[in-house]
Amino acid sequence: MPDQSHVHQTTASVEQRVDAIQAAFDERGMKPGEFIEEFRHLAEEQWVPENGARVVAKAWTDPAFRLRLLANGRDAVTELGLTMPVHHRHLVVLENTPTVHNVICCTLCSCTAFSIIGLPPDWYKDLEYRSRAVRQSRTVLKEMGLDLPAEMEIRVWDTTADTRYMVLPVRPAETTGWSEEKLAKLVTKDSMIGVSRL
Amino acid sequence: MDGMHDLGGKQGFGRVRYSLKAQTFHEPWEKRVNALYSLAVKLGIFNMDEYRHAIERMEPRHYLSASYYERSLTSLATLCVEKGILTQEELERRAHGAFPLSTPSAPGRPNVATREHFKPGDKVRVKTDYVPGHVRMPGYIRGKTGVVVSESPAYPFPDAHAHGVKAADEPTYDVRFSTEELWPNSADPAFVHVGVFQSYLERVI
Repeated sequence: MPDQSHVHQTTASVEQRVDAIQAAFDERGMKPGEFIEEFRHLAEEQWVPENGARVVAKAWTDPAFRLRLLANGRDAVTELGLTMPVHHRHLVVLENTPTVHNVICCTLCSCTAFSIIGLPPDWYKDLEYRSRAVRQSRTVLKEMGLDLPAEMEIRVWDTTADTRYMVLPVRPAETTGWSEEKLAKLVTKDSMIGVSRL
Repeated sequence: MDGMHDLGGKQGFGRVRYSLKAQTFHEPWEKRVNALYSLAVKLGIFNMDEYRHAIERMEPRHYLSASYYERSLTSLATLCVEKGILTQEELERRAHGAFPLSTPSAPGRPNVATREHFKPGDKVRVKTDYVPGHVRMPGYIRGKTGVVVSESPAYPFPDAHAHGVKAADEPTYDVRFSTEELWPNSADPAFVHVGVFQSYLERVI
């Protein structure tokens, strides 16, 4: 039989490749099907931005909690029954003010505090956001609909380690007297990434 | 390694493809890939540093043309082959076609021997190290000077942890750089905070 190893073989579709690994795992008794179901539940029901929204609303209404959250985010979120993966050893909460705006990114991959603010949106993982957010922050934010005043200081946080970040947005002025539940409904994933203000 | 993944500050990319309430997943297979690599981590087949590094080792043309989850898939498959869980031949037979993997790994390194402890307010410089294996120092801070803002708990040292090299855990320092220092006359004015491992830093006197 002639040697065919130099012949270019067409690349299998990405779905065929996923099927191949899943079948290989299955044959080795690794029970991938069960884990996929478990993961689907985590991704759709557990790792949702409503978690972070509760944290933000509590920080807005409970000054002592806000201080604990800023001092040690990881411990503070457990008070609300929230957890982070073991390898996320640190949650740093970045407080926006009328003169300081924080925004997070991951230039090397796609790291986020996903169990608190939700899994990262598609654009966060794209080449454009990863390359430009650190160098052209004001321009990128403006293109994304957030036109910050010239005097506002911008702080970009590049998630290069397993320390994770979330932005604590400024509480909107017209919300005096609102309940925590009502306030939480205002808080979006994008505001906790820092590409929008509320 | 100075790989294609190290995108911070690269020029020429266009507008962010932003939409309100953007999705994380678009196709059902993407969730399956995410679950399968999480399962492999849970089963102890590889750790997150190995996973990240196997993505970085993708041939640049493949890296740029692959979707985010195709990169996950390639890392998962590469590591399963490298760890002897399965073979590329088996994968290609099952997939009915070629199954491209990442390029081989260069050696890792242990912690740097002369590590210093810093405190908030200290002025530090990122060493001009060129590391062939995994490293979590984005290229845009190499040789740059900043100010320590805080210290994190100790983490496994990625340069070692991605390569099975024994090393002590070490803290990262939150270092604040000005964009004027990083890209003189060529960036929007702002501060960039980076979590920098202790081994990557030296004191500026």
